[in-house]
Amino acid sequence: MKIGVVTFPGSLDDHDASRAVRVAGGEPVSLWHGDDSLRDVDAVVLPGGFSYGDYLRAGAIARFAPVMSVLIPAAQGGLPVLGICNGFQILCESHLLPGAMIQNDHRTFICRNQRLRVENATTAWTSDYQLGDEITIPLKNQDGQYVADRSTLDELEGEGRVAFRYLVADASAHTYDRFAGRNPNGSYRDIAGITNERGNVVGLMPHPEHAVEEGYGPSLDGLKFFTSVLKSVVNA
Amino acid sequence: MGNVVVDVMLKSEILDPQGQAVAGALPRLGFNQFTDVRQGKRFVLSVEGEVTDEVLAAAREAAETMLSNPVIEDVVSVRVESQA
Repeated sequence: MKIGVVTFPGSLDDHDASRAVRVAGGEPVSLWHGDDSLRDVDAVVLPGGFSYGDYLRAGAIARFAPVMSVLIPAAQGGLPVLGICNGFQILCESHLLPGAMIQNDHRTFICRNQRLRVENATTAWTSDYQLGDEITIPLKNQDGQYVADRSTLDELEGEGRVAFRYLVADASAHTYDRFAGRNPNGSYRDIAGITNERGNVVGLMPHPEHAVEEGYGPSLDGLKFFTSVLKSVVNA
Repeated sequence: MGNVVVDVMLKSEILDPQGQAVAGALPRLGFNQFTDVRQGKRFVLSVEGEVTDEVLAAAREAAETMLSNPVIEDVVSVRVESQA
């Protein structure tokens, strides 16, 4: 089972994503932004980082890399694709997922362990979760505010395409949570991740690949992304 | 050599964190009269020779497909830069 991980200039989490694939029992395959081949992989991860320095807009230049010219039609044809953080931004810029990412509303970089709720457990990347599962994985971003117009948001919610939502701590409770009472980047309707209609393309801001191994990260909650896709590929 | 100038702004309904930061800092210098700041982007596209209609059309296409993201931004203007 081969899972490709694309490296763009400025990708940071490609090695962790490959490691997560291996921990889950898959075979990671390195893909290069300048190649126009997917090397016969069964699924692809677009990793986090700052491709092209986030110049122009986060993901805007990566979206036109040669590898995307083969990845976009493959994703439209049903190839499972997961975009994490910068990868999510690239998927939005590619219009494989609706909406866009802009700067965090509080204008500062965040790096924290973030609680999320699984809102769609039927996608290629989430089928090992149960609907309503609460997971904790790292979140680290500058441009993590998910925005879209109201009709797009209504459509996403109506079709069950919000895959993950930020869990917001109660502001009235005694807490040291800096983001109590609000989500950590201003994302509309607390959206942390979404899926396309078919469920093969998923993008999210937090990082499941940093929570797959004992002793590293806040939990092992991220591992099911990778075990899910391995199963979906077998069943495809 | 001719230049085409493309101006891109965040849509009005999209929060502009950078503009807000600038708006928050202006009063510290005594500028109290500005109630809001929006920050945009300007691109200057240069070509050999004159800016023909074809060049302008290509600039418009580039502005719509790459220089802006229609989900969050508007191309405010695409125009030939007047020679000084």
